[in-house]
Amino acid sequence: MKNFRKTFSSVSLLCSAFLILVSCNDATKKDVDAAKIVVSGTMDAELTAPPFVPAPVGDRPAKKLVVNMEILEQEGTMTDGVQYVYWTFGGSVPGSFIRTRVGDEVEFTLSNHPDNKLPHNIDLHAVTGPGGGATSSFVAPGHEKTFSFKTLNPGLYVYHCATAPVGMHIANGMYGLILVEPAGGLPKVDKEYYIMQGDFYTKGDTGEPGLQSFDMKKAVEEDADYVVFNGKVGSLTGDNAITANVGETVRLYVGNGGPNLTSSFHVIGEIFDNVHVEGGSVLNKNVQTTSIPAGGAAIVDFKVDVPGTFILVDHAIFRAFNKGALGMLKVNGENHVDLYSGVKQEGIYNPEGGTIQTMPGDDAKKEVKTNKTLAEKIESGKNIYTKTCFACHQANGEGIANAFPPLAKSDYLNADVKRAIDIVLNGKTGEITVNGAKYNSVMTKQVLTDDEVADVLTYVYNSWGNNKTNVTTSMVVEAKSAH
Amino acid sequence: MKTYFRLIILILFFWTINSNCQSKMVLIKGGTYIPLYGRDSLQVTIEDFYMDVYPVTNQEFLQFVKQNPKWKKSVVKKLFVDDNYLSNWKSDTNLNSSQSLNAPITNISWFAANDYCECQGKRLPTIDEWEYVAMANEKIPDARIIKTYNEFILSWYEKPKTFNNEIGSTFKNYWGVYDLHGLVWEWTSDFNSVLVSGESRKDVDNDSNLFCGSAAIGATDLMNYAAFMRYAIRGSVKAKYTMRNLGFRCVKD
Repeated sequence: MKNFRKTFSSVSLLCSAFLILVSCNDATKKDVDAAKIVVSGTMDAELTAPPFVPAPVGDRPAKKLVVNMEILEQEGTMTDGVQYVYWTFGGSVPGSFIRTRVGDEVEFTLSNHPDNKLPHNIDLHAVTGPGGGATSSFVAPGHEKTFSFKTLNPGLYVYHCATAPVGMHIANGMYGLILVEPAGGLPKVDKEYYIMQGDFYTKGDTGEPGLQSFDMKKAVEEDADYVVFNGKVGSLTGDNAITANVGETVRLYVGNGGPNLTSSFHVIGEIFDNVHVEGGSVLNKNVQTTSIPAGGAAIVDFKVDVPGTFILVDHAIFRAFNKGALGMLKVNGENHVDLYSGVKQEGIYNPEGGTIQTMPGDDAKKEVKTNKTLAEKIESGKNIYTKTCFACHQANGEGIANAFPPLAKSDYLNADVKRAIDIVLNGKTGEITVNGAKYNSVMTKQVLTDDEVADVLTYVYNSWGNNKTNVTTSMVVEAKSAH
Repeated sequence: MKTYFRLIILILFFWTINSNCQSKMVLIKGGTYIPLYGRDSLQVTIEDFYMDVYPVTNQEFLQFVKQNPKWKKSVVKKLFVDDNYLSNWKSDTNLNSSQSLNAPITNISWFAANDYCECQGKRLPTIDEWEYVAMANEKIPDARIIKTYNEFILSWYEKPKTFNNEIGSTFKNYWGVYDLHGLVWEWTSDFNSVLVSGESRKDVDNDSNLFCGSAAIGATDLMNYAAFMRYAIRGSVKAKYTMRNLGFRCVKD
């Protein structure tokens, strides 16, 4: 034990020494870099609308990078039938993706379209300087402002409008991402995409059609009507889904514009191999869900090993399924059954022998009415059918093709009433032919009283074109004793 | 001949109606109120004055340019206007076919607006005067706490291209003045006297009169929120700037 302690303490000493060494290295590295990097040459920045990103910086040297961004106030679609006036950087929500490397000298021109009504500005979290550029970029409609900054810290950063009322400008879509790659660029991957979450607040309820205006009160109360990726419901689903091929590595630049909600970003059926936590330099591995604060970002990457559709969600899950925070990654390619088998076998799980389990209190004596008229039996049988049979055989006895045989105009049913009673009492497994179609399924035995069996069968025989047999309780008793 | 005569009469008739209508002013009875940026101690007193019922129109400004050639866009001094001055006009004295004579004039600088009013023996309103009249709705002189009043203003921010609408297309307020909200922004004589630094979050701590965080806590709410936009736009412009959504009207003592 003593020995163990000794070893332990020396190991931990070694560890901390190593850590100090590593962090020292990091610090010196950064001090040397960034501010003193000399730029060589000028280039126009490639700007892209989501979900696409510009080409990687690769091993290019630091340059003077010219960025021209236009602010547009324009009507767009929030979801089918719902319009919204978005305020945008570059005509999209989120705004155009800007890709730089450490040491770049960015000359940024912000133009405010003449048709716009409001002044705007931009605060880039990648900027070291007052207001992140907001002070220098406040621009009236029909005008433009230019300022420049040097990118000192690598990482993925949010930019947004910071003109009062700041919340409203952000809530209307004025945010985007700027990436500062380290010297030499990020490790190469096969596919890269740009995704940004945002919450929206509309005068009408979620889904209320028409042109919806921004609702200040809901925004203050953080009661979002829509929580979406890339500015609208469905921006990443169906034909808009992002894609990859089996075996490729996918990197997602994920931001959160807010204004209010923190995202629990998750890809259903994938595990992030690497996450740049909060868009910075800390690398976390094997992450299921990563938290992305409003005004923050994360870089995640993962290798896609099997084909299929992988759903991107905010795992605060009502936002995904009720407010729109849902996207799709479609992966094409060969199946890998050793990694994921798909369905191997399907069966019925039936621990207690009936579809309706007996619950405490069910034993209470039911009032049994004897000598019911045919009409009363049908009435009672209909109730039982709705509770017990309806799920498989359907409302009008039509059944479900290839799975559950029909009861309507059923030759199999009408041919033999004793057989029908027996099936209800004891269940049925195996192939049968009904109205010329083959079924091979399982019907479990039903937990019903003799009266109930009689009533439900009478209802079935007297409905949907069947032969109107009146099944009596004594017939049921007889069938039982025959076993 | 007779037809020509009739046509001339008709034209004259419309012209008089038009010019009467446009030069019409109403009396604004003075009073005391607390503007957006004021605290309780900071009240503003307004003297009686007259205000144009409508913003100045394309047609009126066209006439002004014809009478004052120095304001033609081809010869105007660049010190007084930016490159967008009357940029929608086809030529010095012709509107574009898509522009209505009765739409408000926009893309004019503060210098141009100021000179226009002086030539009429009038002046531009101060911010305090403009805001005083603009806080009325159809029925009462100070509607700033009324929800529908603020909603109307806020909804305008989301309506595109209202500068193409004709004057009188919004509501007539308590004083009998039209279009203060819902058509275009309007110049004021001292538009830049309220300082908005451009970094609105910083203004919160500033000693400036305007507590800009007003959209956030403490702001008297929605009311400041709608009005704040006007202060923001005023803070973003310079006297030579021209904008497609910025027009003006005149007042006189």
